[in-house]
Amino acid sequence: MIISPRHTQKIAFSLLSLCTVLVIAPVFVIIALIVIRGGPGISWEFLTAMPRMGMKAGGIFPAIVGTLYLVSVTMLFAIPFGVLAAVYLVEYARDHALKRFVEVAIVNLAGVPSIVFGLFGLGLFVVFLKMGTSILAGALTLAIMTLPVIITSTKEALSTVPRSFREVSLSLGATGWQTIRHAVLPNALPGILTGIVLGLSRAAGETAPVLFTVAAFYLPRLPHSFFDQVMVLPYHLYVLSTQVPNVKPEVQYGTALVLVGMVLILNLFAVIIRARFRRRKQW
Amino acid sequence: MKIKVEDLHVYYGSIHALKGISMEIRRNEILGAIGPANSGKTSFLRTLNRLNDLELHVRMEGQVLMDGEDIQKINVSLLRKRIGMVFALPLPLPLSIFDNVAYGPRMHGIHKKKELADIVEKSLKASYLWEEVKDRLSSSAFKLSGGQQQRLCIARTLAVEPEVILFDEPCSGLDPISTAKVEEAMLELKEKYTLVLVTNNTKQAARVSDRVAFFLMGELVEVDGTSKIFTNPRDNRTGEYITGRFG
Repeated sequence: MIISPRHTQKIAFSLLSLCTVLVIAPVFVIIALIVIRGGPGISWEFLTAMPRMGMKAGGIFPAIVGTLYLVSVTMLFAIPFGVLAAVYLVEYARDHALKRFVEVAIVNLAGVPSIVFGLFGLGLFVVFLKMGTSILAGALTLAIMTLPVIITSTKEALSTVPRSFREVSLSLGATGWQTIRHAVLPNALPGILTGIVLGLSRAAGETAPVLFTVAAFYLPRLPHSFFDQVMVLPYHLYVLSTQVPNVKPEVQYGTALVLVGMVLILNLFAVIIRARFRRRKQW
Repeated sequence: MKIKVEDLHVYYGSIHALKGISMEIRRNEILGAIGPANSGKTSFLRTLNRLNDLELHVRMEGQVLMDGEDIQKINVSLLRKRIGMVFALPLPLPLSIFDNVAYGPRMHGIHKKKELADIVEKSLKASYLWEEVKDRLSSSAFKLSGGQQQRLCIARTLAVEPEVILFDEPCSGLDPISTAKVEEAMLELKEKYTLVLVTNNTKQAARVSDRVAFFLMGELVEVDGTSKIFTNPRDNRTGEYITGRFG
């Protein structure tokens, strides 16, 4: 049987739209499920109180604070190292074997499973450097995991700045660093910020890297220093789902909702930054 | 004599872009550089302010002397402050009109508001743009027309007070009226600066240059007074190029 081109066109079109819908469907189903089942669990007390009764009741305040604390310290390490490394690779490094090796290493770093980062962090920071299970050890582990995201997006942002900006700046007698500082970085900033936010949201949601390096099973108080353990949302969710019997579903799903909400808000920021950048970009 | 070029060779990897150029550029003259595409005239220009240094695998032989000093031995930022450049396309930075002109002086350590304002006004007047933009210095440079942008770029170059200004086909994207304004500015600038003008438009070279250099396939065929080049060139190829028989 010969199918007319008009029909193949229709069939192909339907198939393609079906695939698109199938791709986004899980996202909506997950969010809907979490909102429906977790929504009733959200209350002021849930967000601001300590957990009680073996985490079956009360709130998740320490886990929220712990996650924010951990992510902030992570960024303290990841942003300067990531951005400066990218600036070096794009603006300074000449094209030689070492540079290519570093770039390949960064790409590979992005592909390492997160549990491996967790074990690495345990071995290096917790045990060898004697930091113990602490915010510092966890943040450093997460920072290493986030670095490839930040480096890659910063590199991309830097290379979208037209070469002519650099030439103009240099031709006016600006030094290399002045050129980067005044002609390149300001124009790459929105792209860099987007990358940072994406890295941040990834760090906020990871369980495996924090498992051995920072996460506390049950610790109903707020951290005092870098060397404290903290509860963090992803790990807390894991504990509620598998380690504690008879937890009410709205507590589990409520925790998931808070975590997803935090990550989505961060991603929304990235989208807004990018949109404003597009509007301003005129070259 | 402002600049003396001695047996200059430039290679990009295996490409021999300039083949033994020797010439002089005189103080307060407009030297036109003409020649077909890939003749080396832009490479020549970018060697003078060492913008060629940015290219990969670039190699240079011979010497370029400015006021008797080897440009390879001058600090590159200071060299580029003394030898300014106006590019083929108007390339404003994504800043306001004021900040575009003030960019260079700021990089050289001038931060006083009054001083910067004076420099900006003086530079914009010298490039014949002041009257058109004086009421909107804080608006984006991208809002200007192409011709205005190019005159803004000239003002930006003037603001760092160079001694030599290199023009790399500055009118290639401009309409005739804007071109006339840029040319008018160049003739005025000659009083204070030494100008090198690379152009694909031989008529433009004839209109504004004092002397003209003809480049062909990386060689300098000849350099002579403008009227001599256009009426009675020494080399056949120069005459053929000018009358449009090739190139």
